[in-house]
Amino acid sequence: MSVTTGASRRTLEKGPSGWLAAPALVFFLLFAIIPLFGVLFLSFTRWDGLGEITLDGVSSWTTVLTDPITGNALLVTAKIMFFSFIVQAPISLLLGVFTAAGQKYRAALAVLYFVPLLLSSAAVAIAFKALLDPNFGLGPGLGLPFLTQDWLGNSDLVLFVVVFVIAWQFVPFHTLIYQGGVRQIPTSLYEAAQIDGAGRIQQFFSITLPQLKYTIITSSTLMVVGSLAYFDLIFVLTAGGPGYATRLLPLHMYLTGFKANDMGAASALGVILVVIGLVLALLLQRLGGKNRNDSQLEGA
Amino acid sequence: MFNRKLRSTALAAALTLSLAACGSSGPANVSADSPSMWGLTGGNQANTQKSIDAWNTAHPDQSIKLDFFANDAYKTKVRTAIGAGEGPTFIYGWGGGVLKSYVDSGQIEDLTDFIAENPEVKDRYLPSIIKNGQVDGKIYALPNNNVQPVVLYFNKDLFDRIGAQPPKTWDQLMALVPKFKEAGVAPFSLGGQSKWPDLMWLEYLVDRIGGPEVFNNIAANKPDAWSDPAVLESLTKIQDLVNAGGFINGFSSIAADSNADQALLYTGKAAMVLQGGWIYQGMKKDAPDFTKGGKLGFTTFPTVEGGKGDPANIVGNPSNFWSVSSKATDSQKAAALEYIKDGMFTDADTQTLIDSGAVPVVTGIESKLEASPDKEFLNFAYGLAKDAPNFQLSWDQALSPAQGDAMLANLDQIFLNKITPEQFVATMNATIGK
Repeated sequence: MSVTTGASRRTLEKGPSGWLAAPALVFFLLFAIIPLFGVLFLSFTRWDGLGEITLDGVSSWTTVLTDPITGNALLVTAKIMFFSFIVQAPISLLLGVFTAAGQKYRAALAVLYFVPLLLSSAAVAIAFKALLDPNFGLGPGLGLPFLTQDWLGNSDLVLFVVVFVIAWQFVPFHTLIYQGGVRQIPTSLYEAAQIDGAGRIQQFFSITLPQLKYTIITSSTLMVVGSLAYFDLIFVLTAGGPGYATRLLPLHMYLTGFKANDMGAASALGVILVVIGLVLALLLQRLGGKNRNDSQLEGA
Repeated sequence: MFNRKLRSTALAAALTLSLAACGSSGPANVSADSPSMWGLTGGNQANTQKSIDAWNTAHPDQSIKLDFFANDAYKTKVRTAIGAGEGPTFIYGWGGGVLKSYVDSGQIEDLTDFIAENPEVKDRYLPSIIKNGQVDGKIYALPNNNVQPVVLYFNKDLFDRIGAQPPKTWDQLMALVPKFKEAGVAPFSLGGQSKWPDLMWLEYLVDRIGGPEVFNNIAANKPDAWSDPAVLESLTKIQDLVNAGGFINGFSSIAADSNADQALLYTGKAAMVLQGGWIYQGMKKDAPDFTKGGKLGFTTFPTVEGGKGDPANIVGNPSNFWSVSSKATDSQKAAALEYIKDGMFTDADTQTLIDSGAVPVVTGIESKLEASPDKEFLNFAYGLAKDAPNFQLSWDQALSPAQGDAMLANLDQIFLNKITPEQFVATMNATIGK
């Protein structure tokens, strides 16, 4: 009896046994760490995907780093990341705050907002491709000249179309995160503010926004790092084109590996992608301050 | 007790495994050791399905598992699968540099002995077609469908409306552009997002201007082979046509895999399209009024003034091919060869192909073509293929995959006016030998 008490006290003091993390760690090792080193190794080889893998020194790296298309892909990635964030963050924050309130119609609206997230990216891309077609799409169909643009074939326009479609698909997800975040804010704060005579807008800026700090960081991390992984949507929608206008880094990696059959260069691009993702995630975590990962709820 | 438990567990596991093997949509008699086949969606999908269904019904012990993929997706998938040792028994291909890369890495069976033992298989093909399945004098691939020359299709109604004739020369073609634009019609449709339709323009222009040797030098990896003046002139002509507004608004976002480019022709939004013989099958299905009503016209690619190439030369795909995977099991290989020998190009198959609006690559079909309601197009395509002094395989398939990809990407840039012909030539010269 006394042994059990001693053990549970120790558990309380030291936290749960580290062994509980073992299954997750094994999977992480198997499906993340080992392939990562595999890719690192491949980036120093020459392989067309079929024949022998031959060691080739740093030639893949020099190819990738001197290729202007890589630079362009980085630029496209940065642009899509920046504009996606600028568009999605405010919209999803406002929608999240709006739908967090309890009225019935808002619950119905929240369900509607959520629908785009339930569709697969490929389906979203195919639908938008059909809608935006300059000859058979929405514009010509409804006879609306301003909608009859060469949305996906115009190098200057296509990036913003892509950002729009991405936002259409992912705003619901971030709205959901913000909705949850807002609902965690104690109502006593708002009641106190009301007694002090603060209006709705002042409540938003003085209570909601500061209380959502960690939600904002979480959502932003997902948005920014996630935009490094936009692939399926853009691949189906524009195939990276016209030209290289929407060929962002993950797509460039895929096309290099599986269309041009240059696995070495594609692996080098993959390594670059991992490094950028890690750096961005760490930077965003820094913004959260020291106790960023601590729970905001008492007792948990 | 324990033993019985173990036995029932093993039985359950075996059941699960066999159930999993039947998970695909194939008939119930398909087992894990049945040969697998990956076909392409589109024009010949129904024909392939019909042929395999007939084979599977007649040979339940040698059933073939059949799946279909879209063209661009297939080209990526099959190579990755073969590299991973997961490829199908029947490998669908186009011949050329891609076939050679399979041969070089030992992925496909040498069919030379099989053909020597079964001369009747070889004898059924048009001789000019079968040689495209050969690498270094050995046979690695056998034709499996129809001749696919690239043809200039046009909408007769639109030509009547502006009172013009289909172009015989490049100058006539250029002169038609402003006339159609004035009438509110795009002169040419183009599936530019898929990139390979762009290539048809370059292939024909280079052949008309410089003759077949220009590309033969490129394919032979001769240094600076892209610097031939015929290539520069062709690229310049393409950009002239783009700048004159020859191609439909938004062409660079139109994917050919969804048949949107041919839809523009039969809906009257574009007057002409340069495309492969296979789109006739698609239009016959999707727009029967257009093909049957005599509104669809077709002709050869125009000549270029002062050009060296024979105007009867054609480009395109002589046929598609089946290769047999060397990684398949012996019984899969044996069944696959049985099908190639007895199941392919049966009388029923040949008739199905003709009925779908295609010209099978087999000999002695003249009377069948003549009896077809599509005889006008079929005789035209058959005549093109039979009489052509040179039938150039599509360049993206003729070159190595790495060169082919670079070429398509850079040609896309030419159509978008993002690079000059000189830049194209310099970039492509750097890929020679890769």
